[in-house]
Amino acid sequence: MSAKLNALNSDSYIDVSQYRDQHFKGNRYEQEKLLKQSHTLYVGNLSFYTTEEQVHELFSKSGDIKRIIIGLDKIKKTACGFCFVEYYTRADAEHAMRFINGTRLDDRIIRTDWDAGFKEGRQYGRGKSGGQVRDEYRQDYDPARGGYGKLAQQHRSTEARNSF
Amino acid sequence: MFCSFSAAGGQAHKRRRTSEPIEIEDRLESLICRVGEKSTSSLESNLEGLAGVLEADLPNYKNKILRILCAVARLLPEKLTVYTTLVGLLNARNYNFGGEFVEAMIRQLKETLKNNLYNEAVYLVRFLSDLVNCHVIAAPSMVAMFENFVSVTQEEDVPQVRSDWFVYVVLSCLPWVGKELYEKKDVEMDRLLSQVEGYLKRRVKIHVPMLQVWTAEKPHPQEEYLDCLWAQIQKLKKDRWQERHILRPYIAFDSVLCEALQHNLPPFTPPGHMPDAQYPMPRVVFRMFDYTDAPEGPVMPGSHSVERFVIEENLHCIIKTHWKERKTCLLGSLGHGKHFKLVENIHLSFFSQVIFGELFQLPSPPHMDVMYTTLLIELCKLQPGSLPQVLAQATEMLYMRLDTMNTSCVDRLINWFAHHLSNFQFRWSWDDWADCLTVDLEKPKPKFVKEVLEKCMRLSYHQRIIDIVPPTFSALIPADPTFTYKYIDESTSSLPGYPAAINVGNAIKNRASNEEILTILKEVPNPNQEDDDDEGESFNPLKIDVFLQTLLHLAAKSFSHSFSALGKFHEILKTLTESDEGKLHILKVIYEVWRNHPQMIAVLVDKMVRTQIVDCAAVANWLFSQDMAHEFTRLFIWEILHSTIRKMNKHVQKIQKELEEAKDKLEKQQHKRRDSGDDEEMEKNSEDEDGQLEEQIERLQEKVESAQSEQKNLFLVIFQRFIMLLTEHLVRCETGSVDISTPWYKNCIERLQQIFLMHHATIQQYMGTLENLLFTAELDHHILAVYQQFCALQL
Repeated sequence: MSAKLNALNSDSYIDVSQYRDQHFKGNRYEQEKLLKQSHTLYVGNLSFYTTEEQVHELFSKSGDIKRIIIGLDKIKKTACGFCFVEYYTRADAEHAMRFINGTRLDDRIIRTDWDAGFKEGRQYGRGKSGGQVRDEYRQDYDPARGGYGKLAQQHRSTEARNSF
Repeated sequence: MFCSFSAAGGQAHKRRRTSEPIEIEDRLESLICRVGEKSTSSLESNLEGLAGVLEADLPNYKNKILRILCAVARLLPEKLTVYTTLVGLLNARNYNFGGEFVEAMIRQLKETLKNNLYNEAVYLVRFLSDLVNCHVIAAPSMVAMFENFVSVTQEEDVPQVRSDWFVYVVLSCLPWVGKELYEKKDVEMDRLLSQVEGYLKRRVKIHVPMLQVWTAEKPHPQEEYLDCLWAQIQKLKKDRWQERHILRPYIAFDSVLCEALQHNLPPFTPPGHMPDAQYPMPRVVFRMFDYTDAPEGPVMPGSHSVERFVIEENLHCIIKTHWKERKTCLLGSLGHGKHFKLVENIHLSFFSQVIFGELFQLPSPPHMDVMYTTLLIELCKLQPGSLPQVLAQATEMLYMRLDTMNTSCVDRLINWFAHHLSNFQFRWSWDDWADCLTVDLEKPKPKFVKEVLEKCMRLSYHQRIIDIVPPTFSALIPADPTFTYKYIDESTSSLPGYPAAINVGNAIKNRASNEEILTILKEVPNPNQEDDDDEGESFNPLKIDVFLQTLLHLAAKSFSHSFSALGKFHEILKTLTESDEGKLHILKVIYEVWRNHPQMIAVLVDKMVRTQIVDCAAVANWLFSQDMAHEFTRLFIWEILHSTIRKMNKHVQKIQKELEEAKDKLEKQQHKRRDSGDDEEMEKNSEDEDGQLEEQIERLQEKVESAQSEQKNLFLVIFQRFIMLLTEHLVRCETGSVDISTPWYKNCIERLQQIFLMHHATIQQYMGTLENLLFTAELDHHILAVYQQFCALQL
């Protein structure tokens, strides 16, 4: 009786994105398999000042959280604007992708994406300056993410020195 | 998306030669599912074209087409008339197919009823009834089916919710087919409706108070759903069944359809009542705005107009189909999918009322709370010029009626409003609510604002809250979530636990072993005993206090730090909390140190239940204890309690699942053995395997029984405590000749209701025990009424 209609099963908000972790130990196929079964979400575009408590409050709305790992600057060991949220069930993580992705935390629109699973070391930014890669090269001024991008900061200080 | 249908036959033929059957089936599915969506052609021409394609494919794909059409009838109720028209066109071209479709639908209807899928069954019956309008089904045979449904009201000793459902189905089809049925069989229909009227008059409605969002009748009565639908049908009848809002594509095809031969529905006897049947629960209709409230724009239909029913039904269906994809949900609802909108412009007030209606639905919303929050945020993006005002107006109205709003609904309102504000920089005209500052802080309005601000703080930080409210609101601002350490410095050095606290702190910082720490703790005097017991095994509250306060103080920086601490010293904590008193005391200490940070309390209690440092009953006893009486009406208490109950329920379900899986495995293994006829040696190995599995099953069986026993005990503890507290209050009021309806009482009795409503499925297993032990006739009738209302939900 229960004919499942593929055409009606659209659930685009839980689709896997194009991003693949370059440091993942394994091939593309293995990574995709893990992403499709994962209970862990990567959360990006956080303010540097967003706390674990705030993340917990927001992401609890889609289910019970197993743990949160705040992303850290590799050198300074301070929050650098991303985190991982791991749920006890896949279903709860899917609800977060549907209802929390694309909404605001600390006035910023945050982005969630499937993660293959936390491993020690993945809590650190991979940018040269210690933070996230995206903060190395961006040109805009974002007070919640350390101001200007790292490269832009260097240029500014060089300019300032030269103009003096 | 569509190829041109002018050469439909030729195209189909070409497809068959070059494509795989699977591809064609997928394409058929896609064509059928998507008909009526955005297209440059009219709906009528698309339907005409699709009917031609399907007719051509019938010889090879008849069964697939039947299955797809049956599925869309069940799963896409918002496109009902599009698909009935399609079936009508197919029937006109191929009489046999029409007959087979009707038979398939009847089979499907029987299946859905057997599987307790009553909501889907409604859509199927509605589909069949609209097929009368498409000349596929003969009106008299539809009337006969309705007569059989209504005759269920004559059955004896069946739950009222059973006959309710059959009456509801018949009434809910009449907006679609009432006109046609009355034209053909008015005498029979009048008799039918008069039977329904008689039933509705004698129906018992004890359940209604438990399901009403507001206890007051003004400004909008919270009507019982069948009463409301009856009033709407009565009005429709008075209007001679003129219904103008349902999109009816079949009207354009009348000349073709009226040439078609109709089929008679086979006589359909409603399946008899089974003890494990789960009929839908009764509902109360949510009314927040009426047509006088809506600002300029299309008038909202009156509450007893059938248009109201039809449009609300449609919106509920759209949300049900598209809840996972908020953008699609909104496009469908706002009528951007040109062909399946019902009304030119669904007024935003109307739509937001439907969304709030679902959010506040009792016992629980059809979908997760957060889905509605995000849907409304998305709607604000689509309609930034108008929706924010509508939501502000809605919030204002809800605030004004807080005094009579059900506590469970107030909880959801608090969570919704705070989360919503956090997406809009917490902008709100708090001064408009200055009236809440003039009354006792325990009253609903200031309490609401206080809880909202607390939730807002959790999504931001303390200083932010101070910044967003006027200074006059300072009494309602939540406490700064800091740790309160008893042994903080030398000023507290006279406390009996102080020296040990210092030593324990140093030991932890120096990474001492568990043994070393336990040795230090042995020195802590026991205030419960005269002499120092060298064994130190009996319950020593001071020991717990010293250790836990110091540990949590060192780990106070974040949730992760605290979790890590609990994990590291799990052994010590288990030792300290072996007794029930120990478990209770550890919870007490957590509250003492983190009383300014309820969020932290909740996550620590959660962790301790999950790591079995405390059990669920201990949490319940602690929340109901005298020490926590002053916090009893705060939201975080109930969040902790419900979270604890949920963990207990999930635990039981998990072990039950393991048991089922083991049993299945054994059965499969035994089947395999029987079927394959192994030789002697293999048989012996299989028997060993069987033996192992059987042992495992026995162990799991014991585990399940033990878990269920713990679960039952948890509910017994909770209900006992409620009864004690409420009885005390009622007796005190009676002897003092004081009105019982204090804010505390309203909160407490509705919290009791909330336990029943939120966990009704689990509680139903233990009804016998509850009735025999707790909810007996000797109980005060105020408390017993809650229990009786709960029973009425499934009677």
